[in-house]
Amino acid sequence: MKKTVQELLLVENKQLNHDNFRLVLQAENELPPIVPGQFVNVEIKKATEIFLRRPFSILDVDAEKKQFSLLVKILGRGSKVLTTYQAGDKISVIYPLGNGFTMPESTDKVLLIGGGSGVAPMLYISKLCGLPPEQVHVLLGARSKQDHVDVSAYQSLGKFHFTTEDGSLGEKGFVTNHSIYKNELSGFDKIYTCGPNPMMKAVAKDAAAAGIFCEVSLENTMACGFGVCLCCVEKTTSGHKCVCTDGPVFNIKDLTWQI
Amino acid sequence: MADLSVNIKDLLFKNPVLTASGTCGFGQEIADFVDLSKLGGVVMKGTTLKPREGNDYPRMAETPSGMLNAVGLQNKGVDNFIQNIYPTIKDVDSNFIVNVNGSTIEDYIALAEKINELDKIPAIELNISCPNVKEGGMAFGVSCASAQAVVKAVRAVYSKPMIVKLSPNVTNIAEIAKAVEDEGADSVSLVNTFLGMAVNAETRRPVLSTITGGLSGPAIKPIALRMVWQVAQAVKVPVVGMGGIMNATDAIEFLLAGATAVEVGTAIFIDPTIPLQIVDGINDYLERHNFSSVREIIGSLQM
Ligand SMILES: Cc1cc2nc3c(=O)[nH]c(=O)nc-3n(C[C@H](O)[C@H](O)[C@H](O)COP(=O)(O)O)c2cc1C
Ligand code: FES
Repeated sequence: MKKTVQELLLVENKQLNHDNFRLVLQAENELPPIVPGQFVNVEIKKATEIFLRRPFSILDVDAEKKQFSLLVKILGRGSKVLTTYQAGDKISVIYPLGNGFTMPESTDKVLLIGGGSGVAPMLYISKLCGLPPEQVHVLLGARSKQDHVDVSAYQSLGKFHFTTEDGSLGEKGFVTNHSIYKNELSGFDKIYTCGPNPMMKAVAKDAAAAGIFCEVSLENTMACGFGVCLCCVEKTTSGHKCVCTDGPVFNIKDLTWQI
Repeated sequence: MADLSVNIKDLLFKNPVLTASGTCGFGQEIADFVDLSKLGGVVMKGTTLKPREGNDYPRMAETPSGMLNAVGLQNKGVDNFIQNIYPTIKDVDSNFIVNVNGSTIEDYIALAEKINELDKIPAIELNISCPNVKEGGMAFGVSCASAQAVVKAVRAVYSKPMIVKLSPNVTNIAEIAKAVEDEGADSVSLVNTFLGMAVNAETRRPVLSTITGGLSGPAIKPIALRMVWQVAQAVKVPVVGMGGIMNATDAIEFLLAGATAVEVGTAIFIDPTIPLQIVDGINDYLERHNFSSVREIIGSLQM
């Protein structure tokens, strides 16, 4: 799919909790197809001290309205300034970038595991995977209740499970401590995950041990986002691959993680 | 429309704007964004005799108005280039220039011999200034004697225009430029990246896997401009200027300081359409100042 640099109109910036915002961007022309796992590279001009663009996963697409949304979690200076943009502002975006997740077969039972800034692609998969809700389990982890975003709009799409480190919502602990994960992992045909590397590595290890298909979406730091700088590489079984163009989604069997 | 064409020896560039090595892949990677035939030229990713995996991640650190990279010449080697990439670019109407790298003089010679056979590659950029490899690279570019030795050896086997890419990590860049001109370089391009470093105070570790890396972007522009000016004074061959060029005004400053052409690098990461915006911007500038050709402004700095 052809990538472009476009000035998009921010039509909504909604604060979801203390550090998560949903930004809705409006294109002038018809959107290209955008699948879960793909991302955009955003110029944050208001932060003049920031030089490079910042990548964000797609949260959702409304092709009819020519709109897509991003879930922006404040992690550093760039994301913080981006959350101060207001409806009516223009934002330069390079998109669509990267490859999406392998969509499940109609008989698959899938587990979507998200944490931190990795929640967005999991929610987008739950919407686009086309499976009946009983075959879709979404497991989201955060430090505390206030760090979870409201996912009620997605709840009809699957069974949602939560963990918090302090036990204030769902089960206490990390996603890998959740009962569904500990007791029912082998019942899943495909596991998809995005979030902090330690979380993804823990999931990859268990998926590999159980012989379950598992794809992870990596968030290596990028300069360009479209395959020219070779700064975002990940070691794979066939050498260095660019996370921005060969990924960000990788099957764990292609990675060289010590798991 | 002003005449934007410039020459390096007998090689014609339709305009003086090229994309810099390591920032545009082999051209195809930016073809979604730019019509490559509208560029003066494309200097492709650094190529070596044998495939290279490059350095470990992390290879990049953002810095004020710039970035450090430590890619380390990751590429699939010259044979892969000839078999798989050359056929896809040879019919595009632009100057595709191979950026040639070696760990030894023999590597440079073998590579130049292979590239010399490719009809549609009109020139090479001999990179003696990569700061991110353990062997060769910048080591060749920091003394007159070693720079001369490489250029002399390659000149003996390469007959088309040879642009020698200089390192700014030297005391006197004009001396090196003169030394390679004496050995038959048809042009010099400068600057490659400045050796720099980034530290993460929280983890008390270097940011880059290689500890040091090459600094590029607007942060280096004033130094690059000064070096281009000094070199243009010192040599007779055309100078290709680069370092932090983000827009047409930046490019024009380099032309005024004596560059015959410019390369646009890191700016592509911010917006890959910038090189073509620069072509248009140079034309607008020339029309606004009533110049009929870009050649009238090259080195025309008023003192
Ligand atoms: C990520 C990256 C990779 C680069 N790779 C090469 C290379 O392979 N060969 C080379 O001669 N220069 C390489 N360079 C240097 C650029 O071609 C250019 O000389 C330098 O970045 C200064 O220009 P700029 O500030 O416009 O980027 C690289 C620069 C960057 C940022
Ligand atoms: S971020 Fe530049 S190649 Fe991936």
